[in-house]
Amino acid sequence: MPRFALRVNGRSHDVDLDVSTPLLYVLSDELNLNRPKFGCGLGQCGACTVIVNGQAIRSCMTPLKTVAGAEITTLEGLGTGERPHPIQRAFIEEQAAQCGFCLSGVILAGKALVDRTPKPTEEQIQQALSGVLCRCFGHTRMIAAIKRYAEGA
Amino acid sequence: MNRRTLLKGSGALIVSFALTPSELFGQAVATLVGNPSKEVDGWLAIATDGRVTAFTGKCELGQGLYTAQTQLVAEELCVSIDRVTLIQCQTGTTPDQGVTSGAQSHPQNFNHSNLALAGATAREALLLMASKHLGAPLDQLSVRDGVVSHQIRKVTYGELIGGRKFNLSLSGTAKRRHPREWTVLGTSVKRLDMTEMATGRLEYVHNVRVPGMLHGRVVRPPTVGATLDAVDESSVSSMPGFVKVVVKHNFVGVVFEKQWQAVQAANQIKITWQPGPALPPQASFYDHMRKQPTRDTLLVDSKDVDARLASAAQVVRATYLHPYQMHGSVGASCAVADVKKDSATIWSPTQGVYPQRDSCAMLLGLPKESVKVNFTRGSGCYGINGADTVSYDAALMSQAVGRPVRVQLSRKDEMAHENIGLAFVVDQRVGLDRDGNIITWDYEAWSPVRGGRPGYGQPGNQVTGFLAGFEPAAFVPRSPAPSPAAPYANGQNVVPSYVTGSVNGVSGGTGTVRSERMLSRLVESPFWTGPLRSPNRLQNTFAHECLMDEIAARVKVDPVAYRLRHLRDPRLIAVLNAAAKAANWQSRPSPLAAPKPQAKAGTLNRIVSGRGVACVLYEGDNGYCAMIADVDVNVDTGVVSVTRLVMALDSGPISNPDGLRNQAEGGALHGMSRALMEEVTWDAEKVTSVDWRTYRTFPVGFTVPKLETVLMNTVDAEANGAGETSITVTAPAIANAIFDATGARVRQVPFTPERVLRGVQAV
Repeated sequence: MPRFALRVNGRSHDVDLDVSTPLLYVLSDELNLNRPKFGCGLGQCGACTVIVNGQAIRSCMTPLKTVAGAEITTLEGLGTGERPHPIQRAFIEEQAAQCGFCLSGVILAGKALVDRTPKPTEEQIQQALSGVLCRCFGHTRMIAAIKRYAEGA
Repeated sequence: MNRRTLLKGSGALIVSFALTPSELFGQAVATLVGNPSKEVDGWLAIATDGRVTAFTGKCELGQGLYTAQTQLVAEELCVSIDRVTLIQCQTGTTPDQGVTSGAQSHPQNFNHSNLALAGATAREALLLMASKHLGAPLDQLSVRDGVVSHQIRKVTYGELIGGRKFNLSLSGTAKRRHPREWTVLGTSVKRLDMTEMATGRLEYVHNVRVPGMLHGRVVRPPTVGATLDAVDESSVSSMPGFVKVVVKHNFVGVVFEKQWQAVQAANQIKITWQPGPALPPQASFYDHMRKQPTRDTLLVDSKDVDARLASAAQVVRATYLHPYQMHGSVGASCAVADVKKDSATIWSPTQGVYPQRDSCAMLLGLPKESVKVNFTRGSGCYGINGADTVSYDAALMSQAVGRPVRVQLSRKDEMAHENIGLAFVVDQRVGLDRDGNIITWDYEAWSPVRGGRPGYGQPGNQVTGFLAGFEPAAFVPRSPAPSPAAPYANGQNVVPSYVTGSVNGVSGGTGTVRSERMLSRLVESPFWTGPLRSPNRLQNTFAHECLMDEIAARVKVDPVAYRLRHLRDPRLIAVLNAAAKAANWQSRPSPLAAPKPQAKAGTLNRIVSGRGVACVLYEGDNGYCAMIADVDVNVDTGVVSVTRLVMALDSGPISNPDGLRNQAEGGALHGMSRALMEEVTWDAEKVTSVDWRTYRTFPVGFTVPKLETVLMNTVDAEANGAGETSITVTAPAIANAIFDATGARVRQVPFTPERVLRGVQAV
């Protein structure tokens, strides 16, 4: 099996895996990153979201071979408990979660949008979150948190 | 005696109650209570540095309970919240409190029992010790953050008891801190786990990594009731990372070194299955239910209903239909098991570690004492999702390979075999007098059951246990129903709010109508069933609250005023009035005598608006809620947009106002998703709702209604559940608003555009 160089949260890693392996399994099983989560494996829910080269993508559907050399950021790559990223701070301020399982999708889709479109409209926020599910239905607080981040960003 | 009184009662009472058909609803009372410690040391310990470690059998599922329970302990002990560490749900360490479900965490742990009482008992004991230590009378002591003071002398909890046991039973006479004195409980403390969640540090069960751990995937039967003919192990045994194909009776799993290898093998393995019997067609399923053998229960029967219906000035009758719905957790379930020859450790997102331990021990053939179950956070479950069954999967595979195994279910594994929420057919007839008052209420409902929570000894109540050779709880038909059993209990909200709820002359209901008959008829379900957030309470309340609206419209009375005319419970009246006030409710009958919908030039998207109301006393004794929904209905497409949901809640003293709001908001939107979109589908042989394209819900990027929550802090009442109240009234509030807007009565959930349009066109 070929060795692959990955850059995740600013660090380089060498992995030795089947190149068809979805990125999600590499991040969670090989690099012990907790945040990208298996939700559906079908790209339908967003729980596995990571940012690759500025785009929020679904790591459950992304084969390892397509992200060689790319800059990958997971939710834990944004900030720490002591120094949360401003969008993480916005979610903490709004108490915008219940079980928290969906947060990679919600926060990273929101961040990718605001980084690209600093003053997003309501419609643009909805569009960015149109493929992200939260079954605790924290929707109102999550949208408020993304707006809070956009206003402060 | 109400259900809560029963829950507090002796073990004997609980056991006898558990044998009633309530067990078939998947919510046996015994497993809601467990067998918790009666000793202070079972609930908390104080270290020499004054740090408090508390132990609870009610776990965090996303509802904020970890934070609220930590607040409770801090409050009762008069210490700051950061001094408290809460350990939740680990067998052998925490009290056995059965399962965290049924909106029972507040009733069980925040009233005069269990965790709250342990805190109060410990504080009183510490003050007594301090009194001796300081040589000062009790009433001259003050306590602040674990330091007891008399004038200038002080002693800390750590000095008084640090590292030693209390050796003290919970004291029924220990005085709890009154909500009016609260400084920690009752405040909007931010979720203690929020930063960890938002920054990705929180470890979920999906992140448990044990040295030497392998990855398993299950291979479920492709159709309902299929049995195993043959497994061709050679179809996967040459794949990289192969460890074993695990077969036990009809259970099949594959174990590999890496997760992706296991996923590929589960897709490629060649298995021959013997198909099960054909499923009843979905299109006629509601009629199918009516023709099945039933297990009947009469909740109330005043024995005058037929005569009263015959003499009524008019009778309003309607049938309401509710589909099977799914828990549909965002995360497909996961567990890790390390089963050795004579012991096992399971990391499980189960709602009940002791029931999981006991039932898993049966599955493994081990004594229950040798199985340890550690609750580890999972995806929000809203009732029984795949948490227990995937724990069995991991245990079976680990036992077979003799190494730790992590099992991640696929989306389809999770959805096609979960214990889904019950479908319902509800027939009701209500008799009115000449003045339009209700004089009798007759209810008859059919709902299908199979399996449910495994409890302490029924692993066959879920798919894995069944495949491995265990049977689900037997379905025993019983008709006619025996006379209603005392005491009156309305745990399933079978009895509407507007009748007296009388058994043996004792009235336990919230309404005024004395003539009442409520007959529940269970039938056998072709699919696994189990409690889904507001199980059965939601379906029943949908039928009751919509019918109440139909009656009010028939007699041309404002639906809030008409409800008030038949209610006698002051707290239910209060939440109804509070919601109406907050929503600026204008008193008038429904439907709105609407001006003809305005057609915009060149379009056919005519919108009409309406408002609807619903209210409930959840489970007959466990939290009040009223909701008012505003909707826009597109009368050309049938699309319903909910524009505002105003709710008022009274669940007794509020532990954490922002946490309660979060639950009420989530419940309301969850209720809206279920009312407008969610329905399990199937074909002749299998469930066809297997992912988010075939089971619809709305995404975070959806136009959601404005949510307004009125919290009523009833400090002298008992603490009730709250997380299942708002969801219970959402569907009827929306249906009633659709009627108000259009004059069309939608009596079947979900309110799809097709159904709404059909109704609008028939008006």
